[in-house]
Amino acid sequence: MSTAIKSYLPPVIEPDGDGSLLEVAMGPHHPSTHGVFRMDVALDGERVIRLKPVFGYLHRNHEKIGEKSSYLASMPYTDRLDYFCSLTNNWAYALAVEKLAGLEVPERAQYIRVITAELTRIQNHASSIGFLMQEMGASGTPLMYAFREREKILDLFEELTGSRMMCNYMRFGGCRVELPKGWLEGVAKVVAGLPGFIDEVEALLSGNEILMARTQGMGVLPAELAVNAGVTGPMLRASGVNYDLRKVDHYGIYDRFKFRVPLGDHGDIFDRYMIRILEMRESVRILEQAVKDIPAGPIMDPKSKIRGFRPKPGEAYGRIEAPKGELGFYLISDGSPNPYRYRVRPPSLINLTVLEDMSLGHNVADVILIFGSVDIVLGEVDR
Amino acid sequence: MKTTEEILVRIKAALPAAQVELVLNPSPCAQHSLRVAPASAFAVARFLREDAELALDYCSNVTGVDWPGKEVTDKVKTTKIVDGVETVVEEAVKRVEPGCLEVVYHLFSMKHSKDGAQVPVILRMKTENRSDRVELPSLTPVWRSADFQEREVFDLFGVVFKGHHDLRRLLMWDEFEDHPMRRDYVDPDDFEYEPTPHDEVLKRAQQHAAEGCL
Repeated sequence: MSTAIKSYLPPVIEPDGDGSLLEVAMGPHHPSTHGVFRMDVALDGERVIRLKPVFGYLHRNHEKIGEKSSYLASMPYTDRLDYFCSLTNNWAYALAVEKLAGLEVPERAQYIRVITAELTRIQNHASSIGFLMQEMGASGTPLMYAFREREKILDLFEELTGSRMMCNYMRFGGCRVELPKGWLEGVAKVVAGLPGFIDEVEALLSGNEILMARTQGMGVLPAELAVNAGVTGPMLRASGVNYDLRKVDHYGIYDRFKFRVPLGDHGDIFDRYMIRILEMRESVRILEQAVKDIPAGPIMDPKSKIRGFRPKPGEAYGRIEAPKGELGFYLISDGSPNPYRYRVRPPSLINLTVLEDMSLGHNVADVILIFGSVDIVLGEVDR
Repeated sequence: MKTTEEILVRIKAALPAAQVELVLNPSPCAQHSLRVAPASAFAVARFLREDAELALDYCSNVTGVDWPGKEVTDKVKTTKIVDGVETVVEEAVKRVEPGCLEVVYHLFSMKHSKDGAQVPVILRMKTENRSDRVELPSLTPVWRSADFQEREVFDLFGVVFKGHHDLRRLLMWDEFEDHPMRRDYVDPDDFEYEPTPHDEVLKRAQQHAAEGCL
């Protein structure tokens, strides 16, 4: 252990020419920043020499609020983390509390969770591709294609949970309400239309010359750096690392479904785009199986209590494969109705660790694409 | 996947000087953790990352926990001479248990991701107190993923990570002074307050008024 440790800190680039740099604050009100996010960029001509992300414009100390409210009261608030994927946020939090309190989830509730989570993944990936194209200059069309499909999925969520985006659906040890009549048929109908939609998106985009020219070989993230920097989700798999928590942890009932984990070769923006397309196809496969196999039965663990819920002292870390990466919740209980410590492991924030590494040496216009390909939601980054 | 006890044995075998102890977790998930003395934390972290069998190459979650000082009442039995008779008297003695800040790292292995469901390997470090001795070694050189998360812990808890390459506040603004995630944090009356030239003008005006100039 006498050799120097291999660290993965961002490199320092020397400017060419006379060394005079232009410092630009991109954001917080730039339309490409997906909300309020700032990058302090130092430019040498068009080339990015330094890039420091600045966070906190949407910070409301979610964790402190979680510690001041009871376990269940935090559930609707997790919807606001990654507001595109409220159902997976619910699941991650419910999973952590179930680990903490030792609750079992009935079969039917597990299936409902898988169905809602995969629908969430599809609409998240579709819209993130749409936003990426929007930033590339394809104003409207790809995004509206995605939103058209997202609309159908949100209608299903509304029918099930009463809300389109702030679903607040899962409970510790199950789900809140039984499926409405005819809901599964509705899901089957939407799912049957999804392969056509994905084909349509691919016909529009995958072979597009501008898309390929602007994304291939751009913003390359090496696998080794991705692992060390804790990058997860489609970004990690685009770099060729086979790490999907649905396969690794088999949380819920993911070991029952047949699906593949798509992997990228180059770790560039195009691979990230392609991984999202392929993951949507795999999600469709999971949905087809889940809708077919879902059994009848209870949707709540009889041991779980809504009132007076006090887990025994201890701690638990629960994580799931959210559409954006590994979403984890770390809870410490001291036996009181509120968690002593409530921590969210936000995939969006940690995936941004490598933003500087990916962007250095590229042009400003490409940094916008690189940033868009990370797929973040500021509600989760700033918490 | 190795249990926490096996990992502890492995660390002890490779680094005999390292101070590591097992912290049991009574909750049903039984995710036990390892408490490392700050002095040996870097070496232990490096061993965990580079050891071929463990290969904990992925640091998922870094977070802080605040444990404020507590006033504890102990019942102490003492022998006293009461009215010339030796009797055992129970007395309540109050003492203050010093608080600390704790940093928790959740580690996994991406290399061994096919070995079944993964249980986090949890590293913990404690500061000496909560006020002036809050320094801990940074593990960012080992796991880059700790970069922003250690900045967040520095920001919200006030743990100073030695050896971090860019230790600035992450979520609060640079001029902010307190650490909001501490248990004893009190919101300021006015978050936006900062002294302006206007305050100075007002102060001078008050002085003038006091001197009878107005």
